[in-house]
Amino acid sequence: MQAGLSRFFRHKPAVLGLLLLLTVLLAAALAGVVYPADPFAMVGKPFQPPFGEHLLGTDQLGRDLAAGVLHGARTTLLVGVVATVIAIVVGVAIGGLAGYFGGRLDSLLMRFTELFQTIPFFLFAILLVAVLGASIGSVIFAISLVSWPPMARLVRGEFMSMRNREFIQACVSMGMGHARIVFVHILPNTLSSIIVTGSLMVATAILIESGLSFLGLSDANTMSWGFIIGSGRSVLRTAWWVCAMPGMAILLTVMAINLVGDGLNDALNPRLRSQ
Amino acid sequence: MAWNQSAAYALRRLLQAVPTVLVIVALNFLLLKLAPGDAADVLAGEAGSATPEFMAQLREKFGLDQPLGVQLLLYMKQIVTFDLGYSFRHSMPVAELILSRLGPTLLLMVTVFGLAVGAGALLGSLAARNLNRWQDNMISMLTVLAYATPVFWAGLMLIVLFSIKLGWFPTSGMQQVAAFHEGFAKVRDIAHHLVLPAFTLTMFYMALYTRLMRASVLEQSSMDYVVTARAKGLTERQIARRHVFRNALLPVVTMAGVQAGAMLGGAVVVETVFAWPGLGLLAYESLFARDLNLLLGIFFVSTCLVVIVNLIVDLAYSFLDPRIELR
Repeated sequence: MQAGLSRFFRHKPAVLGLLLLLTVLLAAALAGVVYPADPFAMVGKPFQPPFGEHLLGTDQLGRDLAAGVLHGARTTLLVGVVATVIAIVVGVAIGGLAGYFGGRLDSLLMRFTELFQTIPFFLFAILLVAVLGASIGSVIFAISLVSWPPMARLVRGEFMSMRNREFIQACVSMGMGHARIVFVHILPNTLSSIIVTGSLMVATAILIESGLSFLGLSDANTMSWGFIIGSGRSVLRTAWWVCAMPGMAILLTVMAINLVGDGLNDALNPRLRSQ
Repeated sequence: MAWNQSAAYALRRLLQAVPTVLVIVALNFLLLKLAPGDAADVLAGEAGSATPEFMAQLREKFGLDQPLGVQLLLYMKQIVTFDLGYSFRHSMPVAELILSRLGPTLLLMVTVFGLAVGAGALLGSLAARNLNRWQDNMISMLTVLAYATPVFWAGLMLIVLFSIKLGWFPTSGMQQVAAFHEGFAKVRDIAHHLVLPAFTLTMFYMALYTRLMRASVLEQSSMDYVVTARAKGLTERQIARRHVFRNALLPVVTMAGVQAGAMLGGAVVVETVFAWPGLGLLAYESLFARDLNLLLGIFFVSTCLVVIVNLIVDLAYSFLDPRIELR
């Protein structure tokens, strides 16, 4: 662990990513303190450019963009993290069952996974939210439903290779139950790969969430980055900053998560470093 | 490789795709049932009002009073004959509507696919050949940025810069409707409109393929055949071009094929931003018109498209690499 930490901090882009990510988390945490008012409230003249009276300017209705971006961080991060956690649980369960038991169960579950990988996932997410109604719950459900397949494939591969290792066969010959072998011996050994892939999945989930809310498929009562960009689109010609600012926030957050994920990969899987 | 052998392979793969398509149809049916209201409600809504007797009559006509299993079979029978229903918003059969919008999407996708794989392969091998030098660092910085940029936002920012500020490219559409260009002028006009949407989508996928290509080239560079080539006196440039590049490209092309579905999803967003008149824009319009039947039709057709693209990539792969056994 100590060695892993020092490897992580030797990796400069990863440290930069971590600092960026901490800034975003801090901003989301302090949104209610810095801008206690409703982010939908009109606070000044519309179309004020950034760095004037309001830090990031105002939009076409005179709403403070900085307040919108800070409050939007909460929604976007919440949806990204919760959807990813669900996707990880589903992916680990399906991939683990397939990899551990193998045989017909494996081929059945893998056909199922392949099917989900064939479906154009963004269209499927749009369809799900359109049918279930635009709420935070259905957005989270849709994102987790389209994000689990890569995790299932990864975990299946890891479990399959673990299954034939000597220490696992020793467990089997000792008469240990399946549950104990899986949860005490195999899962902890695959945790580092799961963490790395899971962290990168959060970035993808945020991109999907912002895409959906850009198209108007988000909870109408919560501020989110994609929503601000979508509503600012019609005034692009006169007020480019309405779209530009929340987009920068998405870009920086997603980049930060990717950099941290790459750094974790180097730190936790040192043998894969050459890739 | 014999032609009839690969034809048999293609046929077998096509048969394997049948269950996939059937499951998608079942999924579509499930979503249709989950949505509030049924076809009779929609029809009655379009007509303005309806008595309960008329509604019951309508339900009987569409088989909506049958058990779910029978309804599913009816639905499958409908889809197999490529009857995707009727769009009341557009007063047109869904299948016809989708077919008329397929061309622009295919044009956009093929362009992006070619550009992204081509540029990604070049940049990736350039990065791998200059490992940890400034070229490598520059390229990886570029890919990190491009990979984190939301596609729709990149499109909007490109519109601000190149259409609004500089006036180089049109903001939306596929051609100047009022100009009635013919022949070469029409091709030029479409190409002019294609630049920004294609560039927007290419950036993201180029970043992905650059990373893949870099890893792939690094992996190939430690292979025995590279040592052999070096031993027989080939220059590094010759080895890189003739041997490593071709072998390293294969996994990238496969990945690109697998990603076809994701790229189609990206096309939805890009088409919406640039009002490119393809399937994606149609999906966005149907979302707003609450035309679920049309949205389901688009979903079905695009999934079939992905199955076909995967098949083509598989076949291309076996042609490019004769070591692959056709099973």
